[in-house]
Amino acid sequence: MIDYYFTEEHNMFRESLKTFLQKEVVPNIDQWEEDRRIPRSVWKKMGEQGFLGLSYPEKYGGLELDFFFDVVFCEETSKVFSGGFAITQTVTQYMSSTYIAKYGTEALKQKYLPGVISGDLIASIGITEPTAGSDAANIKTTATLEGDYYVVNGSKTFITNGVYGDFIVTVVKTDPKAGPAGVSLLVIDRNAEGVSASKLKKLGWHASDTAELAFDHVKVPKENLIGQEGRGFYYLMGGLQLERLVGAVMGYAGCESAMEYTLQYMSEREAFGRSINKFQVLRHRMAQLATEIESCKQFVLYCSRLHNDNKYAVKECSMAKLLASELSDKVMYQCLQMFGGYGFMEEYKMARMYRDTRVGTIGGGSSEIMREIIAKMIIDDVSYQSASSNSETPSTNGEINLDKILDQIKQRAEAASPIGNTLKFDFGKEQLYIDGTADKNVVSTENKEAACLVESSFEDFLALTKGELNPMGAVMSGKVKIKGDMSVAMKLQSLFN
Amino acid sequence: MYHNIAIHRALYASDEHQMVRQALIDFLKKEAIPHQEKWEKEKCAPKAFWRKMGEQGFLCMDIPQEYGGGGFDFSFNAMVLEESRRLGIDFGQAVHSDIVAPYILRYGTEAQKQHYLPKMVTGELIGCIGMTEPSAGSDLKSLKTTALDMGDYYLVNGSKTFITNGYVADFVCCAVRTDVGISLLLMDKELEGFTTGQPFDKIGIKYQDTCELFFEDVKVPKDNLLGEEGMGFKYMMADLPRERIGIAVESLGSAIGVLEKTLQYVTERKAFGRSIADFQNTQFKLADCAAEVQVYQAFLDRCIELQMQHQLSTEQASIAKLKATEMHGKLVDECLQLFGGYGFIWEYDVAKAFAGARVSRIYGGTSEIMKLIISRGLFKEFYRAKQKELAFQSNTNTQLNK
Ligand SMILES: Cc1cc2nc3c(=O)[nH]c(=O)nc-3n(C[C@H](O)[C@H](O)[C@H](O)COP(=O)(O)OP(=O)(O)OC[C@H]3O[C@@H](n4cnc5c(N)ncnc54)[C@H](O)[C@@H]3O)c2cc1C
Ligand SMILES: Cc1cc2nc3c(=O)[nH]c(=O)nc-3n(C[C@H](O)[C@H](O)[C@H](O)COP(=O)(O)OP(=O)(O)OC[C@H]3O[C@@H](n4cnc5c(N)ncnc54)[C@H](O)[C@@H]3O)c2cc1C
Repeated sequence: MIDYYFTEEHNMFRESLKTFLQKEVVPNIDQWEEDRRIPRSVWKKMGEQGFLGLSYPEKYGGLELDFFFDVVFCEETSKVFSGGFAITQTVTQYMSSTYIAKYGTEALKQKYLPGVISGDLIASIGITEPTAGSDAANIKTTATLEGDYYVVNGSKTFITNGVYGDFIVTVVKTDPKAGPAGVSLLVIDRNAEGVSASKLKKLGWHASDTAELAFDHVKVPKENLIGQEGRGFYYLMGGLQLERLVGAVMGYAGCESAMEYTLQYMSEREAFGRSINKFQVLRHRMAQLATEIESCKQFVLYCSRLHNDNKYAVKECSMAKLLASELSDKVMYQCLQMFGGYGFMEEYKMARMYRDTRVGTIGGGSSEIMREIIAKMIIDDVSYQSASSNSETPSTNGEINLDKILDQIKQRAEAASPIGNTLKFDFGKEQLYIDGTADKNVVSTENKEAACLVESSFEDFLALTKGELNPMGAVMSGKVKIKGDMSVAMKLQSLFN
Repeated sequence: MYHNIAIHRALYASDEHQMVRQALIDFLKKEAIPHQEKWEKEKCAPKAFWRKMGEQGFLCMDIPQEYGGGGFDFSFNAMVLEESRRLGIDFGQAVHSDIVAPYILRYGTEAQKQHYLPKMVTGELIGCIGMTEPSAGSDLKSLKTTALDMGDYYLVNGSKTFITNGYVADFVCCAVRTDVGISLLLMDKELEGFTTGQPFDKIGIKYQDTCELFFEDVKVPKDNLLGEEGMGFKYMMADLPRERIGIAVESLGSAIGVLEKTLQYVTERKAFGRSIADFQNTQFKLADCAAEVQVYQAFLDRCIELQMQHQLSTEQASIAKLKATEMHGKLVDECLQLFGGYGFIWEYDVAKAFAGARVSRIYGGTSEIMKLIISRGLFKEFYRAKQKELAFQSNTNTQLNK
C-alpha cells in the first residue's frame, strides 16, 4: 500500500524501534506479564536510545519531531503482545506529562520533563474516582490552599502507573462550589506523604499496574499547580483528544499484530487434511477483518494528520477512538476463534490479546461517551474550542450582576439570527427572556412563559457565555437544565458564539 | 425472576425441582462461592468439594437408584448446570455427570457400572473424557493415540490435551485407535505410564481444570473396554447432543446470572446526576439481553424435553449449542460494558463471566463445526426429499408411458 504519511525517516525510526523491541522486550514480555510489573531498566534503555520524548522540546531532552514519529511509537509498542507494556509508556508520554509540557511553569518542566524523556520517570493521569468516571466533572478530590501548599484529600481509582509510577497529574477541585470552573491540575509525587495505593487485579493489561489511590492530607507545593487554577477541565478536554487519538492508533496496531499472528497460525494448523487457511469461511472472515482494519487505520492516520497540523479535531478523534477500539474487540474475538482450544490457553499470546483489548471501549472515555460527543456535534451543532496555552485571563471572581449579563446577551442576541421561538433563562430569583419570534431577538428581564426554559446559576451561565463551560458538559452534569422545546435550546450555541 | 417478562418454565415447575434448586443454591453459596479465589489460585476445585456435591446428591442426578443415583430425569441435571452457572460457579460437573456417567450407563458392562457409577454419584470417583489430541481437535477422526491388542490387555501410547477435569479426575474415558477403529477405554489414573500435566493457565473458568494426559506403554485390562471395539466414534457421535445441550444450558445460566447482576449495577451506579439505568442506551441494551434470554429459555427447555425423550437430533443440539453460546458471548460483552471500568476488574463476576464465556464457542465442537453439522443435515434432508420426488416422478412417468 502506498504510504502518504510516513517518510524515509519515519521508516528508519520504525526499524530501529522494532529491532529494539524484538531484542529487549519480546523475549521478556511473558515474564513481565506474570510478574505484573515491567522493570524500569527497559524504559531507561529506551530513553538512552532516543525512543522517548519524541515530540517534546529539545530543551528538556526531547527531539521535537512531528506527530507521525509518535504514531510509529504507539504502533510498534502495541505490537509486542502486551497492552500493559504499551499503556505504561503511552500514558507517561501522551496522556499525563503532556499537560506539564503544554501548560506547566518552567520550573515544573525542568523538574519533570527530562526524567520523562530519559525514561527515569513514569507518570500517571489521575482523573477517575470511585464515583466519577464518565462524569469526570463530578470529581470530589479537593485541594485547599494553605499557605505555600495545597492540601489534597480524596481518592482516585483505575489509575494506570499509580502503583509503581513516580508522579500523578491529578485532577482536583480547588473550588468545589464552582463546578468545572473549579477544577485544577496538580502534580503530586507518588511517594509524597499521605499518598497510598492499592493494586487492582484485572481481566487484562497484566503487565500494567492499575491503582486505587488515596490522598490523606497530602501537602503539595503551590508550585505544582499546572497552568491556572480553575482551568483544569479545559486543559483536560484538549488533552483527551490526544489520549483518544493515541488509543485509536494502539487499537488498529494491535489488530494488525493479531492479524499477522493469526494468519501465521492458520497456515500451520491442519484439520481434515489441510491447513485451516484453506476453509472458505475462515478465509472470508480474515479478508473482511483485513478490510476493516485497513480502513480504520487510514481514518486514524488522517486524524493524526489533523493533530499534527494543530487542528482541534474533537469529532474526528472521538470517532477514531470509537471505531478502533470497537474494531479491536471484534478482531481479537474472531482471531481467537481461529486458534480453537489453543486460543483459550495463556500459553498462546492470542489469549492475552483477547483479554487486553476489552478495556479499549471503556478507558479514556467509553464508547457510549464517544457516541454522546459525536451525537452532540452532528445533531445539536455543539462545537468545542481548544484551551490555548498560558495566555488566558483568569475568570472573574467578583460580584456578578444581572445588568452586565443582560448587556452582553443583548448585544449577542441582537447580532445573532432570530431563534424563531421564545426562550427563558432562569437563575433562581432572576430571569432573562428572549423573544426571537419576529425578525430580531429581543432580550428582557420579564418573567414570562417561554417555549424553552433553561435553568442554571449565574456563575455557570457566565462561564457559558465566555466559552469556559462546555455546553454539553454543563447539560450532562446537571449544571444547566433544559425544559420544554429542546430545538430552541440547541440554538443557544449561536447566542454564545 | 422477572415475572412480568419471563414465561413460565413448566419444565422446572414441580415441587421437587424447586426444592432441589433451592438446596443447590444454598449449598453453592456456602460451599463454593466463598472459596472461588482460592480455587482459582490452585487452578482446580478440590476433590473434597466434589464429595460434598455428591453427598448432597447434585452429581449424576439421573443415574438410576440401583447404581446409587437419584433416579431423576435429565431436566434435573440441566437445572443443576443452569443454576450453578447462574451463580458463576463453573467446574467440570457437566463432563462428569453428563458425558462420562451416561456413557458408562449406556455402554458399560454390569461390572463397569457397579464399579464406577455409585462412586461417581458420591463424588468419590471423578471422570473425564479424553478425545482431543494436540493435532486432532475438530477433526476427531485423525486422533493418533493407539491401543495395541496384547491378548489380555491393551498397550496404550499417545497423549490427550485440553482435558477438562484431567487433573482432578480419577479415570478417563479415552478415545483410542485399536485395530478395528476408534474405541473407548476406561483408564484409571493409577495405571503405570499414565501421567498428567499441570493444569493450563486459561483466560477464564480458572478452577475448572484443563490439562494434558500422557500415555506411555500403559497396560489397560481388556475388561476396561467400553462397549464394543471399533464403535467408539459412533458412541461419541450418539452422545454429543447431550454434551452440547449441556453447554447451551450452561451458557443460558451464565447469561441469566450476568443479566441479573447488571440490572442491579446499573440502577445503583450513577453518572451525570442519574443512574446508568436512566440512559436510553442502557435500557435498550438490557431489553435486548432480556429478550434473548427469554427466547433461549423457551427454546432450550424444549430441547431438554426432546433430550429426555431421546429425540434431540444432532443437528438440533448443534443449533442449540451454536446459538446459545453466541448469545452468551454477546450478552456478557454488552453487560461488561455497562459496568465501565469495574467490568475490567477481576473481582467483579462480570469480568469472570466474560472471560469464561469465550470458550463455550470452542469446546464441545467449535461454532464452525456446529455449522458444518447443521448444513450437512440440511442438505442431506433436502437431497433425500429431492430423490424421493424424482423417484416418484419417474414412477408416475413409467406408469403414464404404460
Ligand atoms: C485498566 C484501566 C485503566 C485506566 N486508567 C486510567 C487512568 O490512568 N487514569 C484515569 O483517570 N482513569 C483511568 N481509567 C478509568 C476509565 O477512564 C473509566 O473507567 C472510564 O472513564 C469509565 O468510567 P467508569 O468506570 O466510572 O464507568 P461509568 O461512568 O460508571 O459508566 C458505566 C457505564 O455507563 C455508561 N454511561 C455513562 N454515561 C453515559 C451516558 N451519558 N449515556 C449512556 N451511557 C453512559 C458508560 O459508557 C458505561 O458503559 C482506567 C480504567 C481501566 C479499566
Ligand atoms: C477449556 C477447554 C476444555 C476442553 N475440554 C475438553 C475435554 O474435556 N475433552 C476433550 O476431548 N476435549 C476438550 N476440549 C477440546 C475442544 O473440544 C477442542 O479445542 C475443540 O474441539 C477444537 O479443536 P482444536 O482446538 O484442535 O481446534 P482446531 O480443530 O485446530 O480448529 C481451529 C479453527 O479452525 C476451524 N475449523 C476446523 N475445521 C474447520 C472446517 N472444516 N471448516 C471451517 N472451519 C474449521 C475451527 O472451528 C477453529 O476455528 C477442551 C477445550 C478447551 C479450550
